[in-house]
Amino acid sequence: MFSTARHTALRQARSPFRIARPTTAPQLSALARLLSTLAVLEQREGKLNVSSLAAVTAAQKLGEPVTGFVAGSNVKAVAEEAAKVEGIDKIIYVENGAYDKGLPENFAPLLVENIKKGGFTHILAGHSAFGKNLMPRVAALLDTQQISDITHIESEDTFVRPIYAGNAILTVKSTDSPKVITVRGTAFPAGATEGGSASLEEGVDPKAECPTEWVSEDLAKSDRPDLATATKVVSGGRGLKSKEEFDRLMPPLADALGAAIGASRAAVDSGFADNSLQVGQTGKNVAPQLYLCAGISGAIQHLAGMKDSKVIAAINKDGDAPIFQVADVGLVGDLFEKVPELTEKLRKE
Amino acid sequence: MSGLRILVPVKRVIDYAVRIPAKPHSPVARNHIHTNLYFDLRAVTGATITKPPQPPFSNSATLLARPRANSPPHQVKPRVNKTQTAIETAGVKHSMNPFDELSIEEAVRLRERSKTSGPKVDDIVAWSAGPQKAQDVLRTAMAMGADRGIHVLVPDASQGGKKDGESGDGGDLEPLGVAKLLAKTVEQEKVNMVILGKQSIDDDANQTGQMLAGLLGWPQATQASKVEMGKDGTECTVIREVDGGVETLRAKVPIVITTDLRLNEPRYASLPNIMKAKKKPLVKKAPEDYGVDVKRRLRTVKVVEPPPRKGGQKVGSVDEMIGRLKELGAI
Repeated sequence: MFSTARHTALRQARSPFRIARPTTAPQLSALARLLSTLAVLEQREGKLNVSSLAAVTAAQKLGEPVTGFVAGSNVKAVAEEAAKVEGIDKIIYVENGAYDKGLPENFAPLLVENIKKGGFTHILAGHSAFGKNLMPRVAALLDTQQISDITHIESEDTFVRPIYAGNAILTVKSTDSPKVITVRGTAFPAGATEGGSASLEEGVDPKAECPTEWVSEDLAKSDRPDLATATKVVSGGRGLKSKEEFDRLMPPLADALGAAIGASRAAVDSGFADNSLQVGQTGKNVAPQLYLCAGISGAIQHLAGMKDSKVIAAINKDGDAPIFQVADVGLVGDLFEKVPELTEKLRKE
Repeated sequence: MSGLRILVPVKRVIDYAVRIPAKPHSPVARNHIHTNLYFDLRAVTGATITKPPQPPFSNSATLLARPRANSPPHQVKPRVNKTQTAIETAGVKHSMNPFDELSIEEAVRLRERSKTSGPKVDDIVAWSAGPQKAQDVLRTAMAMGADRGIHVLVPDASQGGKKDGESGDGGDLEPLGVAKLLAKTVEQEKVNMVILGKQSIDDDANQTGQMLAGLLGWPQATQASKVEMGKDGTECTVIREVDGGVETLRAKVPIVITTDLRLNEPRYASLPNIMKAKKKPLVKKAPEDYGVDVKRRLRTVKVVEPPPRKGGQKVGSVDEMIGRLKELGAI
């Protein structure tokens, strides 16, 4: 009897504390259900790389809130630019010239520190050279299995991505947390760069040492639209026979259409075009309104990089070339006749 | 400074490159038992015997265009299995992941270069995690010049293991698991350079090299198109392919490098070398031997074929082409 009374008294004495300090377990699980996404943005010489905003578009599909991340020297301007992007709630920026070149040896620890501090559940970046290089290193440091090059988000833990050069579409469910993801730019087009009003916050800087020294770069300069994001692409293949012919036929056609220039691996390997113009499984993925190709047979690896284009047009002298199986408009003929004729007629339009 | 000890992970994947079907009476067929338009030279598995190609025509464009005129190339298209859980691998031709051939080639070239300049290469270890048949690609790697092989047996479906679309022919393993096994191997074999392919052509993940570098805390040079070692072998300069061009990095050994297609042109394994490779040591291991957790983190929900495009409409002239493109709203 006494014992029961004592228990009751004790329970009563304890209860105010219980109310004042709510049990942590349910609160934790409620937190875990809340998504918070970090979109890693790219910058180059103080300018925001707009194609990296695909990560923001994808992040928005997961739900709010979306935080953007930039790092580099004089990065405040980039942060302010990014703050205007629609759909971003907050920008974390880290001002340090050591991050200018996006070297993963120090950029990965930087990201990991900020991910841990922010408690993010999803970390997204574009599947660009930068994202491909950096994100798996981040994933390894967080002991999480990355999901590469996603094209669709089914739910917060289920994602769709192409495998086998786009010949199969895989849906995977991830049990990891946080989830590290790279997104295919052409599947998540960048949204509006105006209209947003994100807050700015300085991130933590672990100042990890970088054992790698960036020496130099050699980037192809061009006034034409960027290949990965162009609405029209003209592309040449082995059928052009030489660099001279490639340079004679493709740029005028591109100019007549206001298109970017691409190339097949065969054309790149034969030295007709620069490596950075390669479209395909191991090159760039494009999905323009119009993909017009000449002298490209349509190998699996090439199709992997362009078959999501809205309209595909092909000129090839071999009527059996696989490219004609995917082309909406196919013209069987000698490209050395047809391309100049097409260029001429498009100019007159 | 002691010499380089290079680890080269290789993977056995479905071979879906374009190739020219061999025709018994064509002179090309005799010379090209196994040529392919996309990945150029390709070593064969230990089981197949082949000769190096003798180009019958002056340049590669005509070399490859000529036979196409009478027989269009066929493509081995990966097919999704009936249960929509993975790609059909039974009865499909497999070979070494093309990017891994470049890794082996680069390791062997580093050794060859060491005769004139550059550091000594003490050891080239080929490593593969996968089903029993992964040994074929290890033998190929040894025929191309690797000194020895390590095979981590990961059973596939036919041997009682689980089959999964995401990991392709690696059975149960995901890039993170492979990277963990490799990190242990690096430690055990006292390796100071790892050369991997930038991606495998089945799962297209492009992760393992970067993850390994992260786990080891080593510098990484991904998508390398040129690797140059300093004379004393402590420093290495790598040109890597990035969006819009190339960049050059310099780092100290130990380092992880991943190869891009333009790094080199892999050699064919010659018949004598294929025979010699059969005598090179090949150590068998199990994932458990490494004492790391390689459990899968991703679960395959389904694998489906992409929606087919309705192409195939041909026009007769440039005018018709322009007309059609206008109708479609493309111009």
